[in-house]
Amino acid sequence: MVAQESHQHAAPQGFVRKYVFSLDHKVIGLQYYFLALTAVFVGMFLSLLMRIHLIWPTAILPLLGEIKPETYLSLVTMHGTIMVFFVLTTAPQGGFGNYFLPIQIGAPDMAFPVLNMLSFWTTFVAYVVMLAAFFVVGGAPLHGWTGYAPLSALQSAGPGEGLGADLWITSIALFCVASLMGALNFITTTLDMRARGMSLMRMPLTCWSWFITAILGLLAFGVLLSAGILLLMDRNLGTSFFLPLGTINGQLTGHKGGSPLLWQHLFWFFGHPEVYIAILPGMGVASQVLSTFSRKPIFGYKAMVYAMLAIGFLGFMVWGHHMFMSGMSPYTAFAFSIMTMAIGVPSAIKTFNWLGTLYRGRIRFQSPMLYAIGFVSLFVSGGLSGPFLAQPALDIPLHDTAFVPGHFHLIMGVAAIFGIFAATHYWFPKMFGRMMNENMARAHFFLTLIGTYCVFMPMHYLGLAGQPRRYSQLTELAYLHPLVGLNTFMTYAAIVTVAAQFIFLINLFWSMFKGEKASDNPWEATTLEWTTATPPPHDNFGGHTPVVHHGPYEYSVPGAPHDYVMQTDPATVAAH
Amino acid sequence: MGLVLLFVIWLITLASTYFFVAKTWWFPHGASAATAAMDQQFTVTFIIMGVIFVAAQLTLGYFVWKYRDQHAATRSEYSHGNLKLEILWTSLTAILFVGLNLIGSPIWAAERFRPAVEDATRVEVTGMQFAWYFRYPGPDGKFGIARPELEDASAGGEGALGLDPKDPASKDDIVTGTMEVPVNREVEVILRAHDVIHSFFIPQMRFKQDAVPGLAIHMHFTPTETGSYEIACAELCGLGHYKMHGILNVVSQNEFDQWLAAREAEKQ
Repeated sequence: MVAQESHQHAAPQGFVRKYVFSLDHKVIGLQYYFLALTAVFVGMFLSLLMRIHLIWPTAILPLLGEIKPETYLSLVTMHGTIMVFFVLTTAPQGGFGNYFLPIQIGAPDMAFPVLNMLSFWTTFVAYVVMLAAFFVVGGAPLHGWTGYAPLSALQSAGPGEGLGADLWITSIALFCVASLMGALNFITTTLDMRARGMSLMRMPLTCWSWFITAILGLLAFGVLLSAGILLLMDRNLGTSFFLPLGTINGQLTGHKGGSPLLWQHLFWFFGHPEVYIAILPGMGVASQVLSTFSRKPIFGYKAMVYAMLAIGFLGFMVWGHHMFMSGMSPYTAFAFSIMTMAIGVPSAIKTFNWLGTLYRGRIRFQSPMLYAIGFVSLFVSGGLSGPFLAQPALDIPLHDTAFVPGHFHLIMGVAAIFGIFAATHYWFPKMFGRMMNENMARAHFFLTLIGTYCVFMPMHYLGLAGQPRRYSQLTELAYLHPLVGLNTFMTYAAIVTVAAQFIFLINLFWSMFKGEKASDNPWEATTLEWTTATPPPHDNFGGHTPVVHHGPYEYSVPGAPHDYVMQTDPATVAAH
Repeated sequence: MGLVLLFVIWLITLASTYFFVAKTWWFPHGASAATAAMDQQFTVTFIIMGVIFVAAQLTLGYFVWKYRDQHAATRSEYSHGNLKLEILWTSLTAILFVGLNLIGSPIWAAERFRPAVEDATRVEVTGMQFAWYFRYPGPDGKFGIARPELEDASAGGEGALGLDPKDPASKDDIVTGTMEVPVNREVEVILRAHDVIHSFFIPQMRFKQDAVPGLAIHMHFTPTETGSYEIACAELCGLGHYKMHGILNVVSQNEFDQWLAAREAEKQ
């Protein structure tokens, strides 16, 4: 809190310093957001091609021709990688976190503005390197976003495992570096830059979610970075970290003594916390929005904070549940399984508290609220398939079947994306000074909610029936033939859902220029971003530093003149 | 808007649940000793999660409609939560989830904690891009030495596995492209992979295990019904992953003995 004065920097002059190599966290937040916006459309387009190929494997597509099995696997790899890293990690944390963490805690900027700029531009380079993998000889890698060795470690393991795979690993390594810089910045900013009166327990739950996500990032990305470097060395320098004695295409690989399971341990030690990195900010936004639009304090604020801390803590002890079938010691499965079941408890607490927040509220159905309600529904649906996969005995039939993508798409894919939609509609008026169009938002919301359920709920049925994931065609195994009908339905649902996303895109850009002008506090919300001008000035609060008197969710306080009390309002709130 | 949301959320919930309850798409018929316990544990988990799923979604839909803003003069209830409720649902969820885990544990232990019985049918299963090979130890009961440098996939059979002709134990080993085992007798599989990770998946045996280069993983299962069952690869192994399949034939002990004798005769 004392550190603020030394962080002030003058407003930049000139286009490049203002919009390109900007030090302003708000500009950097928007840069992250628009990077993620392009990435999500790329990732979505890849998934559409996958769905089309599954159903019509020999179709000749305009411009792209016929999709080959190896091309399908490149699509799988790049869809997963782009979505997880450049969308689900980038938009909620790099985008909204960057823009609103400093404002919500009453700070003029992030603690390290130059580091912040470096973090974004490193992410940008990583993104370009990732996309470049499509255009090199052999194309993008086919080893999946999990990059299991030896498939990912041997240049001759398949098309795409040459230069494409090197670019893929390099991109991820760069992304790790960028995320580490970002994590340090978020943690320091939260601990050191809060305005007077903004105690930790008065922070909006969004700030808690960004803070905990940053801690997870700090501990997880370092491990992935190391693993990525080891993998690059195995591929190019002849080391054998992940490669045992073996052959490929009948030729000795020249490696010996390494362990393919080591890669899995390192990858999932990052990979499991990563799913919480994707979903925690969504939980924060959902809490913020549900409280605001129910006109009620969040139910169980402290329980919400402790639940997120518990999820973050336990999230580092469950990685082995991805490896029940990997050949690791079966005894360890007990520990990983019980920890995984335990992580369901704080997740359940959050759901109960969201329902408790709605209970006896006065719900306003503006667009951010629709997405937040959708988030809760998807979080429940995606969450409840977890306890099946968490039990090693049930994982035997379900592991690596479509049940798994069904589970994680609903929760860390679609629910997290609904968190991003909620955040976009909620903060759009503050970022751009205009309101988004409510009719377009409603149409987009309902089409996307129903559409995504139609795509991802059936994946659970397919998983039960034994359809393995990452199969480019369903033609070879006889027992998959009866599943083609359901797969066809999913493909049509995907086409409709993809089309619906253009409603969102149009709404976003149309509203930016033509939307109704927004007031400084259009939702009658209480947190600090709604006390400042729209859009906020360079130093966020126009030369003064806010002083905080209340917790973040003082709605419907008896006796107060309005049904909301700003955090900066000096009037006292009746004790509760 | 509240009513529309209620309708949509309830519709999604009931439609999703219907297809689970009607078992329109479901596990294939199980033909192994592990099936009963595993399917039972799935059913218990399914009932508990299903009840929570339906209850949570219906409540969400109902609350959204019931507590919609009707522009009444009264405000929302001013409440920051309820500690007793928090403790109640935290403990209930913890007991439920951990309990569920504990009752499922013996099934895993039975599958994975003990080695195969002494008189099990022993089959070595080797995965390579993009085929499964099966090896039987022959009359001497011993698997001969296989050497990576001798592997030659184009040679098929023994050549593909790189069996060392100088090792007497490998002389009588039988290598096949389909897996043949007797019914009602435990099968010990020894899983290996030459190049990348594969996963040996037989849905109707409720069996799955990765085959990892550098490891020989011992597992077991007991087929209880004769028939022909498809084997899939469940771990992404390269461009031919989707067509890396095999066949498991479960036959009577007599037929198995005859089959094995015929394979041995072919070798002479």
